[in-house]
Amino acid sequence: MKHIKTLNTRDFKKSMKNGGCGECQTSCQSACKTSCTVGNQTCEKAKK
Amino acid sequence: MLHQYRSNGYNIVMDVNSGSIHVVDDVVYDLIELLDSVKGEKNIRNAVSEDLIETLPYEELEDVFSNLLTRYSDEQLREAYDEVCELISQDILFSDDVYEDFVIDFKKRKTVVKALCLHISHDCNLACRYCFAEEGKYHQSRRELMSYEVGKQALDFLVANSGNRHNLEVDFFGGEPLMNFEVVKQLVGYGRSIEEKYDKKFRFTLTTNGVLLNDEILEFANKEMSNLVLSIDGRKEVHDLMRPFRGGQGSYDAIVDKLKKAADSRDQMNYYVRGTFTRNNLDFSEDVKHLAELGFEQISIEPVVAEPTEDYAIREEDIPVILEQYDRLALYLLDRKKRGEGVNFFHFMIDLSGGPCVAKRLSGCGSGTEYLAVTPTGELYPCHQFVGKSEFKLGDVYIGVTNTKVQDEFKLCNVYAKEKCRDCFAKFYCSGGCAANSYNFSGDINGAYDIGCELQKKRVEAAIMMKAAEADMQIDK
Repeated sequence: MKHIKTLNTRDFKKSMKNGGCGECQTSCQSACKTSCTVGNQTCEKAKK
Repeated sequence: MLHQYRSNGYNIVMDVNSGSIHVVDDVVYDLIELLDSVKGEKNIRNAVSEDLIETLPYEELEDVFSNLLTRYSDEQLREAYDEVCELISQDILFSDDVYEDFVIDFKKRKTVVKALCLHISHDCNLACRYCFAEEGKYHQSRRELMSYEVGKQALDFLVANSGNRHNLEVDFFGGEPLMNFEVVKQLVGYGRSIEEKYDKKFRFTLTTNGVLLNDEILEFANKEMSNLVLSIDGRKEVHDLMRPFRGGQGSYDAIVDKLKKAADSRDQMNYYVRGTFTRNNLDFSEDVKHLAELGFEQISIEPVVAEPTEDYAIREEDIPVILEQYDRLALYLLDRKKRGEGVNFFHFMIDLSGGPCVAKRLSGCGSGTEYLAVTPTGELYPCHQFVGKSEFKLGDVYIGVTNTKVQDEFKLCNVYAKEKCRDCFAKFYCSGGCAANSYNFSGDINGAYDIGCELQKKRVEAAIMMKAAEADMQIDK
């Protein structure tokens, strides 16, 4: 495209079908302890 | 829902519901803004079926576009509109919100416990002025250390309630955990001894102020701790003002070399130096710079959460200054990255392509269900920030969760339960925010901490702008 550059992002709608396994880190265990940040977390579905 | 903003020369359009992010030129930016304003009157997106989305022909929108003809030619607009229609038909622009029922059902599922915040020490050797744990006491009159027996029972409770979850997280937290290091060691040993039997993997982490760090502890931590959180606020004068010893003297000189050694010994990975900024240092980007210049590569500096009556609490009037600091910080970090000296700033980290699924994004932090805090005597609370608030006590590690009424409130806590989150573009990145902050500032775990929300939104914008800039850097290479 000439006018638009789309960044590579995860398709949220598709993730409804194959997500929700719960193996990902609990958000507060990383560093924060005073806020909730999930956008920076990595999906761990395939890492078990 | 769309969110558009301009930052550092980038025009960014977030299609919130699909998670798509488009970097666009001026004509498309203005065109999308216009389409968004008229989408109530004009049916610009018509979902014929799950796989087919139709768009309106250009001619049917000519009257709307006339406003833009003063700035752009008809040819430019037609070309831009064609590209916009392409995004709409791919369902990555003006996409629908289809998640509410899904997330409510998801939240109703039987949950397992996957993480514990183990309050191994309700005592501390520092007297940080902003400590929500009241220098370790957590609203309780006695200072206490967790015994091995209580800790062991907590790990058994975690395993017994973790279902099929393989990775179990245990954070040694305080107060200051190293004031009870022998028990930390024993508990790690116990955890490792039962991993194979139950097919579990413990990920231990340790949050420490560094005062008691020594070679023996560091060697142990590097072998056993998947993450270390090392507390330091930044510049010496900033740190010493808020993080004094009990006698009042600053602690910066006592810890800075120890923390540097710890970070280097972990090859600058799997740790964070973690600081707090307050009203006393609204120029906190200087503190991040200070830490980066000391050689730290994993940095988290976060806004204090404090009673509004405290002189160091962040006030609404401080927000513009803080937002400007985040802009400044983003440029500084990009500049370092260009020079090959990149550092990670925790609150700007965002995983666009490999990040969490939508269930995780909308269902909150898991406090009260998947994540629990354990006090030195084995009491269970929804998270470390609720410890000591007796109405939130859930049970204990011996009998398990008995206060199901409170747990059920946390279980159903999600973005759609929070009125202020519904129309917020950042909801997929903050997951509805921190329940403790919501409670502390609005009296309801489904409320909102408005100042925190403003800062969170800015951080999401800055993080995405940095991704756009980094994508350009890749092209440049």
